Amino acid sequence: MNLIEFPLLDQTSSNSVISTTPNDLSNWSRLSSLWPLLYGTSCCFIEFASLIGSRFDFDRYGLVPRSSPRQADLILTAGTVTMKMAPSLVRLYEQMPEPKYVIAMGACTITGGMFSTDSYSTVRGVDKLIPVDVYLPGCPPKPEAVIDALTKLRKKISREIVEDRTLSQNKNRCFTTSHKLYVRRSTHTGTYEQELLYQSPSTLDISSETFFKSKSSVPSYKLVN
Amino acid sequence: MSLPLTRKDLMIVNMGPQHPSMHGVLRLIVTLDGEDVIDCEPILGYLHRGMEKIAENRTIIQYLPYVTRWDYLATMFTEAITVNAPEFLENIQIPQRASYIRVIMLELSRIASHLLWLGPFMADLGAQTPFFYIFRERELIYDLFEAATGMRMMHNYFRIGGVAADLPYGWIEKCLDFCDYFLRGVVEYQQLITQNPIFLERVEGVGFISGEEAVNWGLSGPMLRASGIQWDLRKVDPYESYNQFDWKVQWQKEGDSLARYLVRVGEMRESIKIIQQAVEKIPGGPYENLEVRRFKKEKNSEWNDFEYKFLGKKPSPNFELSRQELYVRVEAPKGELGIYLVGDDSLFPWRWKIRPPGFINLQILPQLVKKMKLADIMTILGSIDIIMGEVDR
Repeated sequence: MNLIEFPLLDQTSSNSVISTTPNDLSNWSRLSSLWPLLYGTSCCFIEFASLIGSRFDFDRYGLVPRSSPRQADLILTAGTVTMKMAPSLVRLYEQMPEPKYVIAMGACTITGGMFSTDSYSTVRGVDKLIPVDVYLPGCPPKPEAVIDALTKLRKKISREIVEDRTLSQNKNRCFTTSHKLYVRRSTHTGTYEQELLYQSPSTLDISSETFFKSKSSVPSYKLVN
Repeated sequence: MSLPLTRKDLMIVNMGPQHPSMHGVLRLIVTLDGEDVIDCEPILGYLHRGMEKIAENRTIIQYLPYVTRWDYLATMFTEAITVNAPEFLENIQIPQRASYIRVIMLELSRIASHLLWLGPFMADLGAQTPFFYIFRERELIYDLFEAATGMRMMHNYFRIGGVAADLPYGWIEKCLDFCDYFLRGVVEYQQLITQNPIFLERVEGVGFISGEEAVNWGLSGPMLRASGIQWDLRKVDPYESYNQFDWKVQWQKEGDSLARYLVRVGEMRESIKIIQQAVEKIPGGPYENLEVRRFKKEKNSEWNDFEYKFLGKKPSPNFELSRQELYVRVEAPKGELGIYLVGDDSLFPWRWKIRPPGFINLQILPQLVKKMKLADIMTILGSIDIIMGEVDR
């Protein structure tokens, strides 16, 4: 049935030499296994999920979706990022190990897209939060467009020089000022229903500081009930 | 109601907003006693984009692209409700052909939504394979959409008084082919999943909702029908041309996650039945209402009467909403999708209240997961079928 045979290396090539540089070799290995973070907030993620499906199958580019940011090299910001979601996105990006790449997927994450006017809660472009390597327009981009963006990112990685990379890492990676995200007093103490049912008075006054300290000093049952 | 606390060292676990089984950006703060869930607090708003406020500064035709971003799995339904609201408000009739095209598109969209519910639901239970199966069929639906509307997901296809474009040549045959193919696909799913003992073990009796409870919580859609209540807006409050087709309301009386699965799979079969009938007897004629009738402001005039006023050949881009208010609803795959629209004699709606089914259905989650195991949270949340785009809007 299948007339096209897989091009096996013939016997003569077993002794051949491939010349390369450590730089190219590391770039090549890096671009061949870009593991994306399974990150998606809204519509673009559905097209991203189509890529996992059998028609587009982005595993063939070496993209194995990971659920943990600590195992991921690439984050496609699929979907609208709101101001409430922004600290979470920055945290996820910071948790990813170096080298890490960002593809801003969709109009929402490039400029805010259709929510750049009249919306009071969206971030106007994800590059205000994290540095972006490839901008991928579309609302949502078709899976073919995502593959195109991946090809462009791979091209970018293949031209990287290790020294430049380490230099730029030492500097401030973000173009804007550093973020000042404060941990505020948490209202989510895990006693959502219990407050309503038991009317327990103590739980509301627990600030996040005492919550973090609780492991060492306060017996934890005091926190909850 | 006092829960027996066996141990005092409770653990508070944060799930989300970035979590593979949170269906987007839902965040749950779960209090655990060992593996038993004692308390669960859902936190919403991670995808709140202010859709209702944006609607107050957009004409209907400008707002149409936004609505597919509410529920991006069942995109056609959001468009349908967005054009139905002004149509009912201004009493615009749509031609039969447009109505049939709408029904076909809506039912295809329902299948697409239920498919993309089935895959992640099974993936939450630990079965990854159906995820790849459903995308095989779903891509075909996307192809049909792309051929008719030009876009895979965000179609922007419905218009006030009809649809944006007629079906392309040969589309009907492709659609029939898909129906035949898809029925085989459903059989394959059922062979693979329905009798699977591991699957049954995970879903049977998990997340039970009685019929009375379901009504009291205001649930709708498959959540309600799985609890033994035969309530389907396509039958109860007919819109478009659903009363011209022969189909049955899918319902189960068990009220657990398995019943919800069975209802949704049954609905996919019924949708195919509706599509086949609609495709079979789709009438000719215009696909768009070419005469908008507009009533005089003092009193209502009859169609083709003296006071009947023609304003334009087509519904104009600056379509004016008169000073009335109404609530319209459609049966979306997730439940009752409604709009409460208040007009103010202006181009923009004065108020555009969205009643998303996912938001109302999600309310019952803390009650359902209580006293269950931690792993059952995914089963129950999956069986509720939420989409954060419409929950947070």
